[in-house]
Amino acid sequence: MASLARFRASRRLPQLVRAIQTSADTTQLQEKPADLSQPLTLRLSEDSFHTFNCDMPELDVQVTKNQLLDMYKKMTTMRRMEMAADALYKAKLIRGFCHLAIGQEAVSVGLEEGITSEDRVITSYRCHPLAVLRGGTIKGVIAELLGRQAGMSHGKGGSMHIFTPSFFGGNGIVGAQVPLGAGIAFTQKYLGSDSATFALYGDGASNQGQVFEAFNMAKLWDLPCVFVCENNKYGMGTSAERSSSNTAYYTRGDKIPGLQVNGMDIVATLQAVRYARDWTVKEKKGPLLLEFVTYRYGGHSMSDPGTTYRTREEVQRMRSTQDPIRGLQRYIEEWGLATEQELKQLDKEAKAAVDEAVEEAKKSPEPLVEDLWTDIYYKGTEPPFMRGREREEVHHY
Amino acid sequence: MLASRRFASRPLTSFLRRNSTAVEPPPAGGHLPSIATSQYLRSTRERALHTPGLQWNDEDDPNAILGAERETRKMNLYQAVRDALRRVELSFHLPSGSPTSSIALTKDDNAVVFGEDIAFGGVFRCTMGLAEEFGRERVFNTPLTEQGIAGFAIGMAGMGHTAIAEIQFADYIYPAFDQLVNEAAKIRYRSGGSFNVGGLTIRTPTMSVGHGGLYHSQSPEGFFMGASGLKIVIPRSPLQAKGLLLSSIRDPNPVIFMEPKILYRSAVEQVPMDDFTLPLGRAETLVSGTDLTVLSWGTPIYHCETALGMLANPPAGIAPHVPESLRKAKIELIDLRSILPWDAETVAESVKRTGRLVIVHEAGMTAGVGAEIAAEVQKRCFLKLAAPVKRVTGWDTPVALQYEKFYIPDAVRILDAIVETLSY
Repeated sequence: MASLARFRASRRLPQLVRAIQTSADTTQLQEKPADLSQPLTLRLSEDSFHTFNCDMPELDVQVTKNQLLDMYKKMTTMRRMEMAADALYKAKLIRGFCHLAIGQEAVSVGLEEGITSEDRVITSYRCHPLAVLRGGTIKGVIAELLGRQAGMSHGKGGSMHIFTPSFFGGNGIVGAQVPLGAGIAFTQKYLGSDSATFALYGDGASNQGQVFEAFNMAKLWDLPCVFVCENNKYGMGTSAERSSSNTAYYTRGDKIPGLQVNGMDIVATLQAVRYARDWTVKEKKGPLLLEFVTYRYGGHSMSDPGTTYRTREEVQRMRSTQDPIRGLQRYIEEWGLATEQELKQLDKEAKAAVDEAVEEAKKSPEPLVEDLWTDIYYKGTEPPFMRGREREEVHHY
Repeated sequence: MLASRRFASRPLTSFLRRNSTAVEPPPAGGHLPSIATSQYLRSTRERALHTPGLQWNDEDDPNAILGAERETRKMNLYQAVRDALRRVELSFHLPSGSPTSSIALTKDDNAVVFGEDIAFGGVFRCTMGLAEEFGRERVFNTPLTEQGIAGFAIGMAGMGHTAIAEIQFADYIYPAFDQLVNEAAKIRYRSGGSFNVGGLTIRTPTMSVGHGGLYHSQSPEGFFMGASGLKIVIPRSPLQAKGLLLSSIRDPNPVIFMEPKILYRSAVEQVPMDDFTLPLGRAETLVSGTDLTVLSWGTPIYHCETALGMLANPPAGIAPHVPESLRKAKIELIDLRSILPWDAETVAESVKRTGRLVIVHEAGMTAGVGAEIAAEVQKRCFLKLAAPVKRVTGWDTPVALQYEKFYIPDAVRILDAIVETLSY
């Protein structure tokens, strides 16, 4: 093992390119209009992006004060919601599996900010923020986690199974959602709709065979599909370096160009999503690979403490130096768009909104027993009966 | 793997490798001797038009020729499948507002057919000419990527598209197993009814050809039987294939449609040219009887027919093993057609009358579809049973190339099971 470790270490030594930086403090204010309803001009650091067979996005970003404040509020609210889910799980009110996206808020909020309701999104099991942002509600998500009727899948799915009309859900099987994304994009192209599909997966899923199958089909038929790799550096408990022969996930699409993005700076994620949408929808250049380099603060799921395969110091360092919410907070304060007090007020509102949603969700009853038997087949086309747990328990349609 | 796929595009008979010491040419009907003369194939127009359960879908079309004047054409199974796919595709080209638009409403303007090599007609010619007729954007080849095909099709169907995907051989469906069982079957349930992939149909050639060997002769229907949310359909003839395939495509649930590959060329009957469907989830009683029920689906139906003939009139070599007293027995033969959901009512009603059941399928016995049926029948008919439910199936081995003839439940094994069950 010792020799192997040496081998790995020596392979890592020649750093030909500078690593992508993942701090949220390098964006500069270029121009601030007197009228704050007009967009500000921000300038991203060059190290926000790495490209593969494509041009670098514009480093100058137009974004309004309201957009920045709105994104701040959304990120804070999403983190509050995930923390509430964490508490509910530990209180044994949420059963089953539960994967939290704390630390990765800049990806979901930046994505939503850069796309339209016509676009489609499909992601893995780490899906709670996107479910809310794509038209769901916090109450709907929490109630789904609790397995209640008010849940967005009426309490029949649970944590990984939440959908909205433009969001094809969390998907529990690692990588399985990626070819679906290609199929969704095919239909968008077929129908001539000016929209794209964003198919998200993690660095762990990127080694699944079907991800490459989907890449190939998407490029072969030039589908408006953006493959989004959320690289949070660990596939469950295995670091990217130990699972992937090529950890530059944005280069793994072969003929599909790729863009690696600082996934901790929401200005960079927003700019990358705008770039990807233009690429697929306006310029119709076929698929694109986006890799957001981000970090998850918690374990892979609730049953993983998240500290056996990485040090507490590493997590602590990421939290204190590269947090996407604190980063945006600093920007807003430094650029004089809002005061600390005003942002604290937004934090309070977020907490109140989540607390209220949790209370409402808790009040919702569990699904009716009859609903165990519904939504398996289209109503009216079911088999004559289905069996239950024991001999007497047979449901006749 | 590609080389092994290619062979199937050549006529089946050219592959019949008999024992190397044999010199005579292979039998015309391949290893399915009874198919050329089968009574279950509807060889006349009248019989075709009077198929039980047949539902016309153009009754409200003012231009349609109805009643006894309807046209039929002699087709084999691959031509019938192709005709069904054409039916679905054709509707796209009906201009809206035309006198026929009322049918167009019930038909589909978004049907897309895709799979490995299907733009060239597919290895079994089921999609011959469709790409030329309907365009490459609606009928196209995919890479060799079964899991990808299934996932891609599910994505399309989730958008409300009618996705008709082909898995080139049922033996290759296993890479797509996760997508079909975890995604297609469950998406309606796990989204609380807000999403579905009802527009999904997976077509795949199944069962043995007599020389397919390990990876071209399997019958994987049983592996999907526990996947509630899916439907599984296996037709026995050209007319059945057209009607059941149109039903499967239009059914609001995902359907796996398995086409017995030896029948593609060898099964020939008159098939109505118009748009018609046959019901899913319903078995069909082919022969009525009172003494024993034989239940099967797909290719073995014809072996059963031969076995029934041998029972009534055994050839000299077999006659000593068929007691005189059994030769007049009235055997009921049922084609199950839908494997999931399966028609337990019809089967149980029959067994309650006959008291005896023989199930015949090509897949292996252990945990095959017959196991599920036998368990349900013994529960429903326990006090009426005069003999244990008998299963005649493939062996619990891989479908081995040189032994395939012995692997397939043939007429003699079925006859033996009938005799044993009748004399229990």
